Amino acid sequence: MNMQNKIKVYWPRGTVYGALLNFKREWNLRAPQMPEAPYKGAPKAPVLFIKTANTFTASGDKIAIPAHVPEVDVGANLAWVFGAEGLVVACVLVNDVSIPHESYYRPPVKFKCVDGFLGVGAKAKSVAEVQTDAVVLTVKVNGQTVQSVNYADTVRASQKLLADISEFMTFQEGDVLLLGSDCLPDGKRPRAKVGDVVEISAPGFESLVNQFAGAAA
Amino acid sequence: MKHARIAWAGAVHEAVESNGELLLTRSPWAGKRLKFDEVVWLPPLAPVEQARTVLALGLNYADHAKELAFKAPEEPLVFVKGEGSLIGHKALTRRPQGVTYMHYECELAVVIGRTAKHVKKENAYDYVGGYTVANDYAIRDYLENWYRPNFRVKNRDTCTPIGPWVVDAKDINDAYGSPMNLSLLTTVNGKVTQSGHTRDMIFDVPTLIEYFSAFMTLQPGDLILTGTPDGVVNCDVGDVIVTSIEGVGDLMNTLGE
Repeated sequence: MNMQNKIKVYWPRGTVYGALLNFKREWNLRAPQMPEAPYKGAPKAPVLFIKTANTFTASGDKIAIPAHVPEVDVGANLAWVFGAEGLVVACVLVNDVSIPHESYYRPPVKFKCVDGFLGVGAKAKSVAEVQTDAVVLTVKVNGQTVQSVNYADTVRASQKLLADISEFMTFQEGDVLLLGSDCLPDGKRPRAKVGDVVEISAPGFESLVNQFAGAAA
Repeated sequence: MKHARIAWAGAVHEAVESNGELLLTRSPWAGKRLKFDEVVWLPPLAPVEQARTVLALGLNYADHAKELAFKAPEEPLVFVKGEGSLIGHKALTRRPQGVTYMHYECELAVVIGRTAKHVKKENAYDYVGGYTVANDYAIRDYLENWYRPNFRVKNRDTCTPIGPWVVDAKDINDAYGSPMNLSLLTTVNGKVTQSGHTRDMIFDVPTLIEYFSAFMTLQPGDLILTGTPDGVVNCDVGDVIVTSIEGVGDLMNTLGE
């Protein structure tokens, strides 16, 4: 039995890490502010965040937008899944949903760790079948293409990102690394509101589809 | 009851503290007693189904905020840590060569006892399973102002000792009234360098549980590290750091290279 047959619906087992500012477009748009307060310099190490387990939502399931939030950012990512001995074994599509936030000064927990705010899957692909730094994601909202994300445009290519993170932490079996989401030309990410259907797709991957819903009563 | 998780005789075991010894609680060794120095102490946390959420507070004691030249925050300053950063009592934490300022942070750690969603402050203690001690090391050389405190400072392998055990919430409430009535003390090579009191937290345990559970559902075994008071100092390779919280435990750690 090969890897592909063994992987059914993928669900994260370990800690899900994500990389911020890993696309040249967003980096370049932000570069003029980098020397200013509060940042006082461009980031040196990869800027990371965690998507906690309460955020995981399967493809096909709805993601609730909190009542006080008019719309959310769609963060289309290709993610790596780690196996034994820190080796990358699989790739999966994820939607790193965020409450829009302009400042990257403080950790984004209340913007990114909201219940349901990580669309995942549906299936993982063996990393052997994916050329990570050549993947192009397409983001559609209600069937209209709103963004194309090309992993040739990253600040740190995937292996460089992994090497720079591994300098200070070790990925455990089951951990996941989101390789970055790009912004649009205006510096914002695609937005979704209650009722919208967001689809993230890439050649060879089963699409990740989530509809956004209102907050539970 | 104080609950530990240890490695001994080629396997991992659950144990409880009993008259200054560890008492194994499961077969085949149920009833076996061990000295504290006979075992390897692991983080005192049972494995969980999904990734454990580890929340940690920055600047949650007014004196420490002042020490670091920050004004006290108006809402909790929180960051998330990966479970991979946790290690147990009496373990070795790696101090990278060439850094100039690596300091401990003695923190009361709350272990969530049952699923917590939209919890009100008044009921928050019902959701606590127990308490333990965490030492949330930071290496200030690596601080950057992007999602600060950034992961290179706060999510390093071996840099979050936790333990020795989880004390049942009921025991703390019975003995001290609440977890907001405990003194904290850190020694470096036997010399007191940090002392504080949980009553000086800016956001107390019930407030934190209400704040987090309003937008994120917490599960049993999830952790909230509640921040550290004034009195952090640089530590070097070979230093023995003991972070203690009254009624909870004395967590020992040594810096290695």
